[in-house]
Amino acid sequence: METFYEWFLVLYEDTGINLPFMYDDYDRGRILNGLWATIKLSAICVLFSVIIGMVGAWLQGSPWKVTRRVVNVYIQLFRNTPPLVQLYFFYFAVGILIPRVENDWGGTSPLIDSFGWAVISLSFFAGAFNVEIFRSGIEAVPKSTIEAAKALGFSRLQIYKDITLPLALRVVIPSLNNNLVNLVKTTTLAYAIAVPELLYESNQIWSDNVNVTEMMLFLLIAYFVLVGILVWAMNSWDRSLKIPGFGQ
Amino acid sequence: MQLNFVKKIALTAALALSTATAVYADVIDDIKERGTIRVGVKADYKPYGFRDTDGSIVGIEPELAKDVADMLGVDIEYVPVVSSNRMQFLEQGKVDLMIATMTDKPDRRKVVSIVDPNYYSSGTNILALKSLGLKEWTDLKGKPVCGIQGAFYNKATSQNYGAKIVAFKGTAEAYAALKAGNCAAFVYDDSAIVAKTKDPEWAGYEMPLATIDDAPWGLAVQLGEDKFHAMMSGIIIAWHKSGRILDLETKWGVTNTPFAKTMNEN
Repeated sequence: METFYEWFLVLYEDTGINLPFMYDDYDRGRILNGLWATIKLSAICVLFSVIIGMVGAWLQGSPWKVTRRVVNVYIQLFRNTPPLVQLYFFYFAVGILIPRVENDWGGTSPLIDSFGWAVISLSFFAGAFNVEIFRSGIEAVPKSTIEAAKALGFSRLQIYKDITLPLALRVVIPSLNNNLVNLVKTTTLAYAIAVPELLYESNQIWSDNVNVTEMMLFLLIAYFVLVGILVWAMNSWDRSLKIPGFGQ
Repeated sequence: MQLNFVKKIALTAALALSTATAVYADVIDDIKERGTIRVGVKADYKPYGFRDTDGSIVGIEPELAKDVADMLGVDIEYVPVVSSNRMQFLEQGKVDLMIATMTDKPDRRKVVSIVDPNYYSSGTNILALKSLGLKEWTDLKGKPVCGIQGAFYNKATSQNYGAKIVAFKGTAEAYAALKAGNCAAFVYDDSAIVAKTKDPEWAGYEMPLATIDDAPWGLAVQLGEDKFHAMMSGIIIAWHKSGRILDLETKWGVTNTPFAKTMNEN
């Protein structure tokens, strides 16, 4: 392994291609941390945003006007403002209003740290789009199917979770796929509130080593691979959900 | 027609080049002829160069620049610059002189003509809550420390002292995060931190550690301007000898720095 790492030092000396995160222990630690933080942030936000989408779409069909209003206000608020502005707003404006707790270095800090705010902000941001995406799927489910379920005595929640949602899911996967790909790419914005994700750590490395070109190329490939994995997973999920006579 | 056009361009270029050479031959004559010296200064670096409430640029460096203008008997025009464009402004002749908190580095000497002796110096320190009682750099071990993205001392602070660097885009964000309690300290230029500790808004904060990485600042003229260079060198020596730098520090609320004191004594 050590010779493998040293090969990159030779590469640098011979060609000028500088990849310090391959031969420098400290920089390698930074990149691995960054990669892990990006994967963690993406996975948590994808999960929460899908949950928000499903629940939001269900609430949108609520018989109560107030519930429908609240969901609509949420969608308008989060869909119509830039995610970077939301991150700044949560971290710098809401962050100072929430209770502070004693921390392990003898001071007090806000209850939610930058990573927490990134999760909250990005999940709600992507969730707002997901609500609309799921709604489009729900509206594609034939009315007669729902009427048949009602006639069989299913409750509203049962109809949603056992009939409408499973059918809607098959319709929405392509557009959900789009939105989740966007979400993974948007995690790079967390860099602005100092979440140590991949772009942030790369920036630290290129500031110290002035190897901007190499790091840009690395970032491009890294995100291409990360998003590629997500797209592949979504596509295989799409295939596994195939049922005859519906959608495809 | 086409040929004519090309000829015209070539002629204009040749003409511009000859005037340029004539101008660059001696910038002092040019300044006197123009009646104005254009000086590149910072406009966001209190108290070294910043905007007053009325929008005019004031501070230690603008005052030093004014000295040069007075010596030449010309008017002064302040051109606000930032770290990423200051050397280019000078190279392209947009400014005649640059006094913009620039650290003197060998690779920078290849691009612009940095004048000896150095007129100022600053290093790295932290701004932290007094109540934390930090004494040594190693006290930062394991604690989150705010910083500026791209600052060269981030890596050193985390590698040598074990601090967890939380780096932001600009100083405003870093100060806000420090105030909100997201970090235990803010690592930055000591010259800027000194000014903050004087600010009533930052009353509970201090600059508790010994300054590290002390590095000299250099003012610069264009490469090849030997006469102007020599003149500026004489002016800097006079600033140090007469205690002008020390007086300006006092005037703008900066504790006299060791560098300025030593230069004054020698």
